[in-house]
Amino acid sequence: MGATVITITSGKGGVGKTTAVANLSTALALSGKRVVAIDADIGLRNLDVVMGLENRIVYDLVHVVEGACRLRQALIKDKRVETLYLIPAAQSRDKNAVRPQDMIDVCDQLRPDFDFVLIDSPAGIEQGFKNAIAPADQVCIITTPEVSSVRDADRVVGLVEASEKGPPRLIINRLRARMIERGDMLDTADVIDVLAVDLLGIVPEDEAIIISTNRGVPAVMEDGSRAGEAFRHIAARLMGQAIPFMTIQERPAPSLFGRIARLWRSA
Amino acid sequence: MGFLGSLFRQAQPTSREIAKNRLQLVLVHDRVNLSPQIIQLLKDELIAVISKYVEIDEKGVEVGLSQSKRQSRLTADIPVLAGRHRR
Repeated sequence: MGATVITITSGKGGVGKTTAVANLSTALALSGKRVVAIDADIGLRNLDVVMGLENRIVYDLVHVVEGACRLRQALIKDKRVETLYLIPAAQSRDKNAVRPQDMIDVCDQLRPDFDFVLIDSPAGIEQGFKNAIAPADQVCIITTPEVSSVRDADRVVGLVEASEKGPPRLIINRLRARMIERGDMLDTADVIDVLAVDLLGIVPEDEAIIISTNRGVPAVMEDGSRAGEAFRHIAARLMGQAIPFMTIQERPAPSLFGRIARLWRSA
Repeated sequence: MGFLGSLFRQAQPTSREIAKNRLQLVLVHDRVNLSPQIIQLLKDELIAVISKYVEIDEKGVEVGLSQSKRQSRLTADIPVLAGRHRR
């Protein structure tokens, strides 16, 4: 049947694409799927370091595209997770070293042997983004609940729709329960209302993500973090399971009693 | 603001409500690539064209962008002065 190729993109930088690709590909592989993660951020590679595979790089995506190595040689097998592989980006080139057709060719070669190919898109909407979505069967957009990232996500939704990749799905990342409760952060319903795309999942803000990046061990590999749990749920949905969305915070009823109670607590 | 003021905090919009309103407005314009300034030019020309056919209340003309889901709509609301046609 062949692999499903999913590109994770965002428009805005720093909202969690690389974290999502690292965690989702690891979670899928832990469930027994054969997964390749591809870092398409040529020149600013990060997926390798987030996955803890930075010492294993011999060949990268540009070597493959230019024929300097065979595809197999650029696949880094994760020693901790049986069916997980990474193709890293090049660090010393830029986005023009790869064209959309190159990405399609690489993915076509991978399709027979894998269940999922997850592509980490660079930020922006230029060449790197176009390369990253070219081979995609599905595009997943990540945003945070902030004005600038939602605005950029909206632009990307439009571009994805125009490129006939089907409707993109949304992950809302870094939700903060206390800020939502106080009315200082957009909640899930607000973002969906504004963007009008299907929700794939939500991920709460979690210090465990920074710690997991420090260690090069994606959060899904260990129990105990809400972000890890959220990414595992999203992976399950990618595999077709219907998992209810996590509760970050319900909109509190604006009762007089509630407001008095809040004042009491803050005194 | 004081105790009583805080009880009635509901009257002041939260930063979240402000953010949502601003986003909805900015996205409607982003999507159609029509800034508020361009819409004003469009409105002026629209008034000129329609006025050739029928007398209208220029001050009451409203032109705006709205959207439902991802479908954008440009709407013009034009009050027509009764019984006076130019043609």
